[in-house]
Formats: sequence, structure tokens, C-alpha cells
Amino acid sequence: MSIPDIFQEERRLGVGAERLGRMAAGVGVAAIAASLVLAAVTAGGVRRLAFAYLTSYAWALSLALGALFFVILQHLTRAGWSVVVRRLAEGVAATLPYWAALVLPVLVSMGVLYRWSHGDVVAADVLLQAKSAYLNVPFFVVRLTVYFLVWLLLTRFFVGRSRAQDASGDPAVSLLLQRRAAPAMIAFALTITFASFDLLMSLDPHWFSTVFGVYYFAGSIVGVVALLTVMALVLQRSGLLRHAITVEHYHDLGKLLFAFTVFWAYIAFSQYMLCWYAALPEETGWFVRRQTHGWGVVGLVLVLGHFLLPFLALLSRTPKRTPRLLAVAAGWMLLMHWVDLYWLVVPEVSREDAVPRLVDMTVFVAVAALGTAFVIWALRRHSLVPERDPRLAESLAFENA
Amino acid sequence: MRWKPRLVPELPDEGQLWGVLAEYDTVDTLLVAAEKVREAGFSRWDVHTPIPIHGLDEAMGIRPSPIPWLVLGGGAIGAAAGLVLQWATNAFDYPFLISGKPLFGLPVAIPVTFELTILLASLGAVAGLFIFCGWPQLHHPLFSVARFLRASNDRYFISIEAADPCFDEMKTRWMLEDSGAKAVEELRA
Repeated sequence: MSIPDIFQEERRLGVGAERLGRMAAGVGVAAIAASLVLAAVTAGGVRRLAFAYLTSYAWALSLALGALFFVILQHLTRAGWSVVVRRLAEGVAATLPYWAALVLPVLVSMGVLYRWSHGDVVAADVLLQAKSAYLNVPFFVVRLTVYFLVWLLLTRFFVGRSRAQDASGDPAVSLLLQRRAAPAMIAFALTITFASFDLLMSLDPHWFSTVFGVYYFAGSIVGVVALLTVMALVLQRSGLLRHAITVEHYHDLGKLLFAFTVFWAYIAFSQYMLCWYAALPEETGWFVRRQTHGWGVVGLVLVLGHFLLPFLALLSRTPKRTPRLLAVAAGWMLLMHWVDLYWLVVPEVSREDAVPRLVDMTVFVAVAALGTAFVIWALRRHSLVPERDPRLAESLAFENA
Repeated sequence: MRWKPRLVPELPDEGQLWGVLAEYDTVDTLLVAAEKVREAGFSRWDVHTPIPIHGLDEAMGIRPSPIPWLVLGGGAIGAAAGLVLQWATNAFDYPFLISGKPLFGLPVAIPVTFELTILLASLGAVAGLFIFCGWPQLHHPLFSVARFLRASNDRYFISIEAADPCFDEMKTRWMLEDSGAKAVEELRA
């Protein structure tokens, strides 16, 4: 088995990517404008816009956070196979500064999104009074600032050092990243858990689920593995990384996609069954809202589309080793991950019907298009593979035995 | 090594020829030799190595294992059995109301269904090892060859059984000797 010589092939994004990035940014801006117009002309449009934004923002943020997790995980486990796809994940994680800035609309619309941010609502509600030491506006802002600081520092460290290694070729960098991966993982786990509590779970401040953070995390990993698969295929189709990424790497991405799809279902079901079995009113209310007035259909779409269908589709070896099929499944999972967030967020604004509004779509297009542009901008200045990573040769020669 | 078809050795009478064993000291010669044996059309043969070798499956022409199908079948039977068991015992044969829950509630039936799926799927894999790998197999004629001990250390081997339809005592031996083997030995049971 000869190791492919990746230094013979193009390893940087070209003008095509630049053009795609500009186009995506244009589409994003146009979709933002369309969303604002839609919000202004429809009744209750501004309120709906806030929730639509939170849905798609939480979707995009979860992909960037999932990518950060993916990068840290590779160092934590000293993984050899993944070196050729790690730079792609680093590129997605490197969009976190943009998402840090884009949390501002959520802060601006706090009064619309979060009931607990109103003093008079809290004053009339015993439960909210009991929670007010945690759920209050200043502490919420402080917490979000802390989360983003942690994420930006982690990104700066793990992505920055890896890029610097391209120039220095110093194997000590890999050892340092490996040593820091374990504490980084703890910081990541705590911040993503509490961020999901704050941004999503507190939409219904009466409801609580200790596994909610894991649920958001599980979905985010499904999302990022799917995104990496799609990115790898798109890059290879455009003539990049033709030799670096092989069917063996797709196979491993497929295994991770399958595993985290099952893990997501396991967590979702655990959360549901405990509430169902105990049948306590303060726990079931959240699910009742998601099973009535058409929301049950969305739930079934998730059971079938986010679990059963991909479970059967990815069960055997063949689809995982057929990049085109795998990328179709991955694209589907990215969409289903958005439906999952729609199911988490939107019942809090629209209890009477589950039908998506046009503004949900335009905001999704805006966030997805801007995200595409961000990823291209994050990737364009650097090689698409960690060129002098000491485990690069291992990754290039990797085979699923 | 992964599964290979019909490799369960038939023990011949005392002193009868069982097959030939060839020893190689590099992976490259082994791979070339394995391809040669495959191309010659042998079916009752095997390669023995101390380490996993990339590309060996292709060189040997090993087809995908049928064991996943047994695992799938076991899992499907387990899932069905779990659901039917709970429905039949709790809602059909002896309806019993527990804390106001439905007689058959799907959420509460899932854990048992899940466990039975996993149990029967893994038992399917074990059954596959019995069926396709000839478990339990307590002895193999190769174990009586002194040099074969190095198959778990620093040597690579190809063994071809005399029961193979393509086997010819002299020609098979010559083929292996020509394939870059360090040594070729006849095995008598």
C-alpha cells in the first residue's frame, strides 16, 4: 500500500470558493432583509422573527460547537485516522467569533423570547421567583459572555496552534494540544450544557430536564459529523483533497454519524420516558405542548427522520463506504437537526399550529448562507490539511482493518 | 483473520496427508503468494500472520462475511419478541392496570425491547461464529508443526489443505516453493 503524496495536489481553497463565499454572503444578507420585511408586514411578525432566529442560530451555533468538540476529541484520543479531516472541523470551529457577535439579536429580543426577563411576570409567579437568583437578565448576559469567552479561547488555542504547526512542523505542538484536551473537554461540557439551559430550556422557565444539555450536545455532534461529510465530498468534487481523504475516512465519519444518531435517540427517549412514566404536571406540560395542535406530527417526523430512517440507512457497511450515499444521508441529518431545534423552540411561540412560516425559512437560509461564507473565510488562508502534523502519514494510510 | 468459506478441517486418518504449509518472512512475498494461491483457484486454504495486514483480504479474495445478516435477523427477532412479550403478558393474556398507565404503553415497552434486540443480535453473531468458523474447534493439525509457533511472532504462513479439489501433492508444493517461500512442509495428521 503506497501512501498518497498529498503535496502533489491542490490543498488550498481557490477562486471558486472565494466566489461561493461572496455569493453565500450576498444570499445571506438578502435573506436577512427579506426576513426583516416579512416580520414588519405580518401580524406578530417580530415575535415570530425572534423565535425563528433563535431556532436557526442555535442550529448554526451547535455545528460550530460540535466542530470544536470534534477537534478537542481528536487530540484527547490521540486519533490518527482523522488528521486529514481535522482541518475542516477546525474551519467550522473557527467561525465561533462570528456566532459570538451574532448572539446580539438574541440578547436584543430577550424580552420577546424569555418570559422570566419581565419583572411583573416573575412577581406573579412563585416558581419564577424561586429561580430568579439564576434566571435574571444581568446574570444571563454574564453567563453568555463567559461561555463565549471559553469557546473563543479554546478555538484560538486548538485551531491557532494547529495552523501554526503548518509552519513550524513542531511535533511538540501535538503533545501540548493532547495534554490540554482533557481540561478543555471539561470546560466544553460545562459551557455547552449551561448554554443550552439558558438559550433553549429557559424558553419555558417552569420546565427542567437535567439531560437537556446532553440532548443539545448529541444533536450538535450529529450535525457536525454530517457537515464534515458533506464538506469533504464537496471539496473532493471540486478537485481538492482528492488523495488525502479516502473511502476509509468516509467510513469512519459514517460510523460516527450512525453512532451519534443512535445516541441522540437514546437521550431523547430517556428524557421522554422518564417524564412519561412519572407523569408529573411540571414535567409533562412541555411535552404536551409538543404533542398537541399538530406538534405531534413534528415529533413523529423526528422519531422517523432523525432516528429510524438514518438508523436503517446507515446500519450496514455499504452506505458508509459509498461517499455519495453517505453525503445524502448527511445532508438529510443536517436538515433533521434543524427540525429538532424547530421542535425545541417554536412550540413556545406557536402553540396552536406547527406549520412553519415563511420567515422561519428565510432566517434559516440567511443563517445557513452566512455560515457557509464564514466557513469559507475561516478555511481560505490555510492549507486544508494539517500539513506537518506528526500523525498525517498515519491518517493518509489509514484503513478500517 | 476474518471468515473464510468451508475451512473447517476434516481430520484424515493417521499418517494421511493433510496439506502443505509454506513459510514467508516478509509481508510483500506473502501478499504476492496469497494472490497466486487465490488465482490458482484454491478454496480450502488460509493465511496465518501475527499482525493484521492491510490488503490481505483483497489478496486472498475474501468475500464479505454473512454474519451481519445473522446479527440483523437476531436483532429483528429480539425487537419483535420484546414487543410481543410485553403486549401478550400485560395487555392480552392477563390485562393488569399499573398506576393508571395504558395496558400496553409503547414508551415503557422500549427498554425491554431494546435489551432483547441487543441480546439476540449479539447471540446471532455468536451463532455465526459457530456456523461459519466451525466452533468449537479444539485442535488443528497445524498445531503439531514446530515452525508454526512463529505464526504468532515473526513469520507468515500459507496453508493449503489436501482436501481442496485443486490440490496436487507435487504441483501445489512446487507452486508454493516458487512463490518465494522460505520453507515448504507437508503435514500429516
